[in-house]
Amino acid sequence: MNSNVIGNIARFILLLAAQILIFNRIELFGFINPFPYILFIILFPVNGNKTGLLLSSFFLGLLMDMFCNSGGVHAASCIILAYYRPAIFKFSFGLSYEYQTVKLNDSLTPERFSFILIAVVLHHSILFLLEVFKLSFLWDILLRTLLSTIFTLITCIIIIYIIKPSKR
Amino acid sequence: MQQIFNFILKNSNRLLFLLLLVVSLSLTIQSHSYHKSKVISSANFFTGGIYEKVNNINEYFGLRAQNEELAKENARLKSLLFNLKDTTKLPEIDTIKGVKKTDIIVSKVIHNSYSVFENYLTINNGSSSGIKPNMGVINSAGIVGIVDKTSKNYATVISILNVKSQINAKIKKSNHFGSLIWNGKSTGFVQLIDVPRLASVRKGDTIVTGDQSVIFPPNIGIGTIENVYTEEETNYYTLNIRLFNDMTNLGHVYVLKNKDAEEILNLEKQSKKDEQ
Repeated sequence: MNSNVIGNIARFILLLAAQILIFNRIELFGFINPFPYILFIILFPVNGNKTGLLLSSFFLGLLMDMFCNSGGVHAASCIILAYYRPAIFKFSFGLSYEYQTVKLNDSLTPERFSFILIAVVLHHSILFLLEVFKLSFLWDILLRTLLSTIFTLITCIIIIYIIKPSKR
Repeated sequence: MQQIFNFILKNSNRLLFLLLLVVSLSLTIQSHSYHKSKVISSANFFTGGIYEKVNNINEYFGLRAQNEELAKENARLKSLLFNLKDTTKLPEIDTIKGVKKTDIIVSKVIHNSYSVFENYLTINNGSSSGIKPNMGVINSAGIVGIVDKTSKNYATVISILNVKSQINAKIKKSNHFGSLIWNGKSTGFVQLIDVPRLASVRKGDTIVTGDQSVIFPPNIGIGTIENVYTEEETNYYTLNIRLFNDMTNLGHVYVLKNKDAEEILNLEKQSKKDEQ
């Protein structure tokens, strides 16, 4: 239990630092950035404390907003993702997901992939919609959401493979 | 009473979610209106401090380019000085009392964003160096933006690459003016809208800041005309302008402090009040 909490705190800090210092500076084609910091919400233990997840993802998003000067868009999309995470779990792994021990950082199965995909799409579409707040940029929003989703998905899967605990 | 408590306990997560959602949405809406949210910005001591530390390391990679830029600017200023009729005479001071109209504060960009629609810069001087909101920011090539929020040691700047920014600008040759905006498409181009059809515009003409702004002194370079369009509805020209500045690579900047700004704004407020 205790090591779990410490692991989560370490993940929080490391992912936020990596996001700000590395991934916010990539700017592929001038406007595409991956947002792998949401791995914190995706990798949070399945049976973990829901209130804790909501609060910590709110602060994760708020810190991102401070660094990006973006008001509250990251905070809003993070808590929406955190709140609907159980529903996505239910969709991807079937009804009894809570009783199975779902381990996300393991080899990539279609269930895990679909879970990460839906989570990333949900987060990014809210993020870009709130960021622009104007429907006159609709095509731009869709394009950015699509490209960033692909990019984030690839980065997330690479990170999961890199930090996968090597126990056989 | 018991039932209310039971309800709150049972739905505590949902209520917490709704509370946090309302907080973050109100922060979002505040940030879309003109500068209000003070805390959630990269000008506070925590985020500003981290950006400064990171920038201290990054700076070393751009030293050569920075030096070249400074040398170029020196050469340009020297050539201005040598072409005066009397080189020993200092430039004339602007007003009768002998007070300069504009003060310049040197600062450094420690964080620069250009990939979203609302881009901000963070600079490493703040209210303790005399920077206040609504001061103009330029560098050796041209305009950069307008100061948005300040803390003690840092300030954020609304970049000209921000769909919210609107700056008075004119065509250098003919003095026809318009508003400078950004359509969010390319980091190298901004748009000058509402230019009257009478104006003779040609590709390659220079665009400079206008005389109507209290933020920028007139005749600071912005860019050159790249394309000319006519708006269907309004019949005004819209000009696509190639910036002099490379907004993706900014080092030292100058913050302009117009000493008359307060007086002018107060006067305008007064006359507006009298009209009502």
